[in-house]
Formats: sequence, C-alpha cells, structure tokens
Amino acid sequence: MKKFLCLALALVLALSLAACGGSASSAPAASTPAAGSTDAGTPSASGSAIKIGGIGPVTGGAAVYGIAVQNGAQLAVDEINAMGGIQFEFNFQDDEHDAEKAINAYNNLKDWGMQVLMGTVTSTPCIAVVAESSADNIFQLTPSGSAEDCIAPDNAFRVCFSDPEQGTLSADYIAGNSLAAKVAVIYDSSDAYSVGIHDAFVAEAKVKGLEIVADEAFTADNKTDFTVQVQKAKDAGAELVFLPIYYNEASLILTQADKSGYKPLFFGCDGLDGLVAVENFDTALAEGVMLMTPFTAAGTDEKTATFVKNFKAAYGEDPNQFAADAYDAIYAIKAAIEKAGVTAEMSASDICDALKGAFTQITVDGLTGSGITWDAKGAPTKTPAVYVIKDGVYVAA
Amino acid sequence: MQALKKMDRSFRSNLVTYGMVLLAWLLVGLASSAGLISNSLQGQLVPICTYVVLAVSLNLTVGILGELSLGHAGFMSVGAFFGSVLWLCISGSVPGWLGLVLSMLLGGAVAGLFGLVIGIPVLRLQGDYLAIVTLAFGEIIKNIFNAVYLGIDSRGLHFSMSDSASLGLEAEGKVLINGAIGITGITKVSSFTAGVLLVLVTLFVVLNLVHSRAGRAIMSIRDNRIAAEATGINVTKYKLMAFITSAVFAGMAGVLYALNMSTVVAKKFDYNTSILVLVFVVLGGMGNIRGSIIAAAVLTVLPELLRSVADYRMLVYAVLLILMMIFTQSPQLLAARERLFGLVRRGKGPAGKKGEV
Repeated sequence: MKKFLCLALALVLALSLAACGGSASSAPAASTPAAGSTDAGTPSASGSAIKIGGIGPVTGGAAVYGIAVQNGAQLAVDEINAMGGIQFEFNFQDDEHDAEKAINAYNNLKDWGMQVLMGTVTSTPCIAVVAESSADNIFQLTPSGSAEDCIAPDNAFRVCFSDPEQGTLSADYIAGNSLAAKVAVIYDSSDAYSVGIHDAFVAEAKVKGLEIVADEAFTADNKTDFTVQVQKAKDAGAELVFLPIYYNEASLILTQADKSGYKPLFFGCDGLDGLVAVENFDTALAEGVMLMTPFTAAGTDEKTATFVKNFKAAYGEDPNQFAADAYDAIYAIKAAIEKAGVTAEMSASDICDALKGAFTQITVDGLTGSGITWDAKGAPTKTPAVYVIKDGVYVAA
Repeated sequence: MQALKKMDRSFRSNLVTYGMVLLAWLLVGLASSAGLISNSLQGQLVPICTYVVLAVSLNLTVGILGELSLGHAGFMSVGAFFGSVLWLCISGSVPGWLGLVLSMLLGGAVAGLFGLVIGIPVLRLQGDYLAIVTLAFGEIIKNIFNAVYLGIDSRGLHFSMSDSASLGLEAEGKVLINGAIGITGITKVSSFTAGVLLVLVTLFVVLNLVHSRAGRAIMSIRDNRIAAEATGINVTKYKLMAFITSAVFAGMAGVLYALNMSTVVAKKFDYNTSILVLVFVVLGGMGNIRGSIIAAAVLTVLPELLRSVADYRMLVYAVLLILMMIFTQSPQLLAARERLFGLVRRGKGPAGKKGEV
C-alpha cells in the first residue's frame, strides 16, 4: 500500500513537472505580452486609462486559444494607446479552461479594479463568469465563447458566431449552393462546440431538405482511428462529409478517407482553420476542403494583411481566428466607449449601463466581418465567409 | 481550566478542531462585514469548504482505513449532477436553504449508493484493487455524464444518451443535462455559512466514527488485517462503513460545489481533481483530520496568491508542494520540530504519534 502510494505520488509529481515543462515552453510567447502590458500600463499614471480585464486559458490543454486572445487583444490595446485619445490598461488572467478558476480570475480582476471584461475565451468558464458579472453589473464581451448560454444575461455580448448559428449557416450554405443532397456528419460528442454545431446542423438540414445518411460520433478519449465513421459515410453514399470539429482530428479523417479511396466533398467550420499547417499531414489531401470561418490569416484585404504583419512581428506566429476575435473585441469596446462617452472615472456599473445601450447602436468594420452590429441579446450580425483550400491556400468560394 | 484537563484527550482534540473551523468562520464573517476581505478570497470561500469536506472524507478512506481511493472526484460528480438536477427542478417552489439541504441529501445518498455498489465486490479483496477500481470509476462516470441528456416538461423527465433533439421535449420543456455542455442556469444557493455547516457535520460524523468502537475496528484493519480478522472483526463490513461514509460526504461536497456556480460540466471531475484531493490528504498527514483541513484550505488559496508571478505560477506551486512534503516528512526536520514544540509543551504528556487524529 505504502509502496504503491509512493509510486503513485512520484508519478503525479513527474506529471506535474511535465506539465510545468509544457507551460515553460509556452512562456516566451506568453511573457512577451506581459511585458507589453506593463508598457501599456504607463499612460495610466495620469489616471485616464480604462481598465479592461481579460480571462482565458494560457496554461493547460486549451492554452492555444487563450494565448491567441491575449496576444490579439494586447496588440489592439497597444495600437489604441499609441493613437492617443482613449487609453486602455489591459490585464489578462489565466483560467486553465476551468469554471472555478475562471471565477477566481474574475474576482482577482475585480480586486484590480476592472471596469470592462473582455472574456472569457472558452464556453464553460464563460457561462460561469457571466453569472457573476451580471450580478455585479460589469460589462462583458466574449471574443470566442460560442455556447448559447454565454450571453444569456443582458450585460454580455459576443464577437464570434454561436455554435448553433454556425451549424445553421453551414446547412443553409450547403443547401443554397446545392453542394450535395446526401450528407454525412462526423462530430465529437464529448465536446460542447462540436455538439452545438452538430445539433443545429442536423435540425436545419431537415428543414432545407438535406438528407443526413450517416451521423457518426467520436469522443475526446478515442480520436485517432476514424475508419469506422469514414466507412459508414462511404457505404451510405454521402456526397459531402460535414466536419464540425477541430483541425487535428479532421486531418486524420482526411488521411483515412483517402486511404479507403473515398473522395467526397469535405465541409467544416472555423475549427478547421489551421488544417494546412498540421505537421506530417499531406496538404494535397486538403485540396477542395471547404470551411466557413469569419477570419483566416491568408485573407488578402488590407486590414487583415496589416494585422497579420503586426501580429507576426510581435509574437512570431500567424494569428488564428481567436486572435482576430479578440482584436475586434477591443475595437468594438472602443467604439462603444466613444459612442457612450464613457470615461475612466466612471464606476464599472455605470459603464455597463452605458455600454449596454451603446453596443446595439455601433457598427464595427473588423477582421472577422465588416459592418458588424449587435442586437440587444448580445449576438453579432455578420456575414460568414466560405473558403476553399486550393494549392494549400484559402480562396474565397 | 480544571474541567478542560479532566476531559478525555481525544474529546479535547476534537473540540480544538471544531473550534478552529468556527473561529475561521467568525473571523471571515467579521472581516467581511468590515470590508477587509478581497473579492478574490471571498469567491474562494465556498470552494475551500468543498475541498475541506472532500479532504476530510477522503482521509477516512486513505488515512483511517488505509485503502487508496483515486476516484473521489467521481463521487463528487455524482453528487454534483444529482443535486443540481434536483435543485433545478425544485428551485422555484422551495426556499434556498431547504433546496440546498434536500439537494445535498439526495447527492450524498446517490454517491453513497455508488460507494456501496463499488465497495461490495472490491473491498472483499486485499491489495490495491480499490485504487484501480476507483480510478476506473472516476473515468467511467465522467464519460457517462458527458453523454447524458436529460430534459423536463409537463409530461415529466426525458432521458437520452444520443442528443438533445431525441429527448422529444415539448416547446416549453427545459433541457437539464445537455451532454458535454453539462448543466447550465443553476441559481447560486451555496454560501460560506452553508459550507462551514457542512464541514462541521462532516467533522462531527468522521471524528465520532473514528473514536467509536467501529472506528477502532477500522483502524485495526489498517494496522493488521490478519490480527483484526482473528479477533472476529467483520473486515468487509467495517471497510464498507468507512468507504461509504467517505463517498456520501464527497457527494455532499459535490452539491455544495455545483450550487456555487451557474454551470457544471463532467470534465471538471476528472483524474486531476481526484489527485488534487489526495494531495491535500497526503500533505496534511494521512489519518490527521486537522491536517487535512489546513492543507485543503492553504493549497486552495495558494494558486490564487501566486497569480502575481504569472507564468511561473504552476512551477512555484509544484516546488512549494515538494517543500511542504519535505517539511512534514523529513526525519531531521521532524526532530527539529519536536525539539521546538517540546520546549513549548513540556510536561503535557508525550507528543502526538503518527496516526493520531
């Protein structure tokens, strides 16, 4: 018993050290914005900076998204501060993609004196935090919390599409452009994002007359072998396979479908952004894959090009959709603050009341869509863009 | 003072433990009304109570009974899910405190039932089987709750394992458990006072159990199973008694935890949470109830206090854990501590031995 316990504890320690190793490797990327935030904090000496808090995972399995949001938002804050005029102070706290830690981070930011909250990055923590911020009447804008409940109270708004919206829009697009009549779906039933899109897609497909011939699920514990799901889709004669999942699993599905000689049209959502950058993946297989995403770093318009260039210069990597959402979120907050005439001296509660009204009146031309407007519920209205992968790059479809 | 000295030693020790919890409650209450407590600490009060209850109850299995359990979060999740579903169903019709009590009773009862189901076959065996089975239980229960869809409408409850659409709810029906999205829209009812009450109830039950005839039987199984069997102790019965008690309180702690937030997801109750509670127990001292309370409270607050070192937070946390382990286990340091405390309490009888509660 004792021996076993010793071994077990040694294992745990080794694991936690390994976890530390993981976070240490991401430390250089994360520490850069931390240094930036102190720079950005300097103008606040005059007391005129509005304190914006951010919450998201910068350690753990979802760290990719949290770090992207942190960097994207920091870039926007630095730009705005450099312009003069309204000054922001930005403080981003880690929540490890956990509801309890997110509430801790939120309370920590409250102690810091947060006036506006830009977060949280992931859905479950967002649902927990939004209940707190609504009780405290602090304005909250989530860049990427896509579950429906993320913006349930009236103080919460979001930048990204909700999961069900993505599903509905995808079904509309597929039916509207008559891409296929027989559709198969492969999704992750243990992931809220994937399930959210899937359920809405299936419901809308029925309305639009698409026939779902195969509806196959996998779980996060079992996501390396998709031959069964692919085979079922093939046997059912699906002309299009809908993939409301992340790019890592999608790359495996594409490889395994190719091996079994199955060549349908693949259609995905914003989770597929990053597909062509997967290591050891034959990008030729991604040819013709369609994805509906509000942002891609391959975009050619001037705004996107500038953002990608600046982001790369600051953080040494291409921004993903999360970084763009956060960048837009900060500019949307700025626009609403200008509209409502909010000043740094106002209390968080007064700012919340002012911003709630102003947010439904502003129009933001952002990276994730031009002419974005918000309704009183907090959902954005923007047109989704569909891209096709051609010769390894995204081309508007 | 004279009366205090006449008291049974263990009773005095128990009083100190209860007093410690009450004192913490009083101090926090006073400081909070004086506005001295930061939002950060205020938000952690209920989680601290949850982890204290979890650590004390796990200590019953690991420290007192001497069996390793790696699935404490599994029992917690059973309590959390059953308790919050009940609360969602009755929240409109009963006052908050009653709803919390009822949810805790249900959550604790169901968790205890799971403890019984697991315990009956496994606790008959010798060796490390309980560790393996509880580890598996934690993973299984997590995956099951990840796939459960439960809805309610005027016709009653609807259950499905595939997706929310297949529940076939009426238009005004409400989805209670939504698979991987979990439970959302819980009205918060847990409070620090409720948490402290649960801690006190847990302490009362666990301490009384340990100091009773049954408790001595349980400890004799830990110390020497063969000797215990030879004296006619029903080993399986007493093992089950400790294990189920532990599971019941884990379930209640789960309810306290769940009703403190607006959302619960199955992913939270994974292997890492079980190990976290085990770390509290081991660092607080196995079999030492008071140590569990202190370790759980300190180690819950610590990561938040370390927010100022940002990226090195988890690294510092791990180093502190190792230092704590050395501090509580190293023979030289123990001897030094004995010398130090020996000066203070000279003439008060022998210092506490390992396994003392």
